[in-house]
Amino acid sequence: MTDHLDDLRSAAEAMFAGREPHDAVPDPELDTLLWKSLDETGFSLLGVPEEAGGSGGTLADAAAVLEIAAAHLARVPLGETAVLAGWMLAGSGLAVPDGPLAAAAGDLALRRDGESWVAHGWLPDVPWARHCGHAVLLVPATEPRLVLLPLRGTPGVAVHPDTNVAGEPRDTVELTGLTLPAAAVRPAGPGIDQDAWEIRGALLRTVQLAGAAQHVLSATVRHTREREQFGRSLSRFQVVQHQLAVLAGEVSAMQVAARAAVLAYETARATAAVAVGAAKATASASAHTVAAIGHQLHGALGFSEEHRLGAATTRLWAWREEFGNEDVWHERLGAAVATAGPGGLWRLATGRAAEVGP
Amino acid sequence: MTVTGRGRAGTTLDLPVGSLPPQAQSLRDEVVAFLADELRIGGFTPRCDAWMSAADPAFTRRLAGRGWVGMTVPGLYGGHGRSPLERFVVAEELLAAGAPVAAHWIADRQMAPSILRLGTEEQKHRYLPAIARGECFFAIGMSEPDAGSDLAAVRTRAREVPGGWEVTGTKLWSTGAHLAHAIVLLARTDPAEGSRHAGLSQFVVDLPWPGVTVRPIRTVDGEHHFNEVVLDAAVLPSDALLGTRGAGWEQVTAELAHERSGPERLLSTMPLLVAWADALEKDGAGPAARREVGRLLARAWTVRQMSLAVATALADGRSPAVTAALVKDLGSRFEGDVVETVRRLRRAPVRRGAADGVERLLRDGLLHSPAFTLRGGANEILRSVVAGHLGVR
Repeated sequence: MTDHLDDLRSAAEAMFAGREPHDAVPDPELDTLLWKSLDETGFSLLGVPEEAGGSGGTLADAAAVLEIAAAHLARVPLGETAVLAGWMLAGSGLAVPDGPLAAAAGDLALRRDGESWVAHGWLPDVPWARHCGHAVLLVPATEPRLVLLPLRGTPGVAVHPDTNVAGEPRDTVELTGLTLPAAAVRPAGPGIDQDAWEIRGALLRTVQLAGAAQHVLSATVRHTREREQFGRSLSRFQVVQHQLAVLAGEVSAMQVAARAAVLAYETARATAAVAVGAAKATASASAHTVAAIGHQLHGALGFSEEHRLGAATTRLWAWREEFGNEDVWHERLGAAVATAGPGGLWRLATGRAAEVGP
Repeated sequence: MTVTGRGRAGTTLDLPVGSLPPQAQSLRDEVVAFLADELRIGGFTPRCDAWMSAADPAFTRRLAGRGWVGMTVPGLYGGHGRSPLERFVVAEELLAAGAPVAAHWIADRQMAPSILRLGTEEQKHRYLPAIARGECFFAIGMSEPDAGSDLAAVRTRAREVPGGWEVTGTKLWSTGAHLAHAIVLLARTDPAEGSRHAGLSQFVVDLPWPGVTVRPIRTVDGEHHFNEVVLDAAVLPSDALLGTRGAGWEQVTAELAHERSGPERLLSTMPLLVAWADALEKDGAGPAARREVGRLLARAWTVRQMSLAVATALADGRSPAVTAALVKDLGSRFEGDVVETVRRLRRAPVRRGAADGVERLLRDGLLHSPAFTLRGGANEILRSVVAGHLGVR
């Protein structure tokens, strides 16, 4: 399995390495060339079952590719398409449309109109919506529903562009009396609800945070070796070496947490919420240290828009907030300890289910 | 593991996820049940930092009776032939419960594997079955008055004499030497030719031994865990040499990946954290305290996953030295974070004479906290190790 992941990583490395941005100028455009490669190789729907039109493979496969995509600051909605939209569509018995997909969860006013549906609503922060033909929307309720929204050329849909702090598209989708065919609205499949959405989204961003953090580490190691001050390279200074070691510690923690959370999600659903929550909390909290040390050791150069470092650190700053920042997850984990009963903290830390009384 | 600026851009620390074998769950259940029984009959009182400071030979023998000491030693030498990951599970449950494991900790964690790897057949038969029975405890004689973090500066000399070795020198900070049946020494046997790491050798000395004096060193908690061990022309038999003459540095360094990444590097204050979290719920926790519980759980979960990943890699025959050093740096800082968080939110003085409950665990954690980031290599040394592997030293 490890060999298989290694092969996958090498293939992903070859695909993403050449597509890195050259600077930190915010760029909300889709890397269409890269998306074409992802589409041709099937990476765009990795982890989505073949029966549903996906490429097959596991979530761990998709995560391995996503970590590398993030490390190379790829400008594509790969996670949204494969890990979120593909998961919801396949899990609810809907076919996966072509092209990049947006995914969101939010309330929508849905009204039956004969055979069709009419939708009204306002969905903020929908990643990459302007570049996608469709958005897959989870409407949470006691019986959650899945809506396949066409985003282009349909009356009643407007996409208002906006971006996160890294300049990635986080658009607002406005629906004003959008008419949808009956087939576009379905009950969400088993296990697809608001809670599952939040956990899966948090897992996705954790993997991406780990990837972007690795970019910062590599760039910072390289920079401190190359940059000379006081007649020697920065990396010859012990104080710099120790900062690099602290940076490596946080990056390693983020990487191990992300990978362990993916494994827990795939093999132990009952305890996945704790694993993913702990991993997202770690990744979100460590993002600050990683960005701070990265910038400190790059000096003013790394603060310049002409330098690529900012593309990684602004992503860290953006992704740590999405799907719950560390404070949100600390609160949820604290509540889990409370319901787990005496000794619950240690049981949760070791991946055992909360032994909640009746 | 590639840990250089070369290789895949953006990826410098590749460590596969750790995972426990299928039989780990039932083994864990057995240990949990055993500990619950022990607590019910008053077999032990949970302690912070119990692996360094709570020695109870009778408890050790009860564990040995269950087959949980010398677990990884082959049956041929009186052990139980279990995997290192099974030992990991037993160790982490004992540590989280604050069980008194200090008596056998060093023998079990590093001397059994070390003797198994380096010892002669005679040494293996002599020490390993006794370790597995819980009847042979070890101390470590590495540091010296002039050799702390700079271990290569050891001055203890072992001179070859007819029929053996004559050893003179002073060892410091030998945990549990006053209870141990043997001590492993690092001493200079030969000149430091070419490198200051050359010419060092390891010896195993039974205790008590003529010419070897063990004196207590009290720590800020007022207790006696450490010792000064003075060797005054002590004559050792020739078979006291462990491994290869002159290879002491390599042998000691190889031990360190095991020593630095084990669950004891993050769990020294877990008994405090669990007791505090439990007490909070009983007294009605406020939202701020709950969030801190959640924060510490997230950190504990993450550092444990790192420790488990290293243990899995070691069990597969790989030597992830960087991550091992990182586990110790992050884990030992987490241990201190627990103490400071509980102290801050508890908002009450800690009394020296605290008799029970969270206060007693907090007192022990607080008074031991300076050791967390020193033992097993000061964190600054570990950061230099990491920097070396990042290719910037």
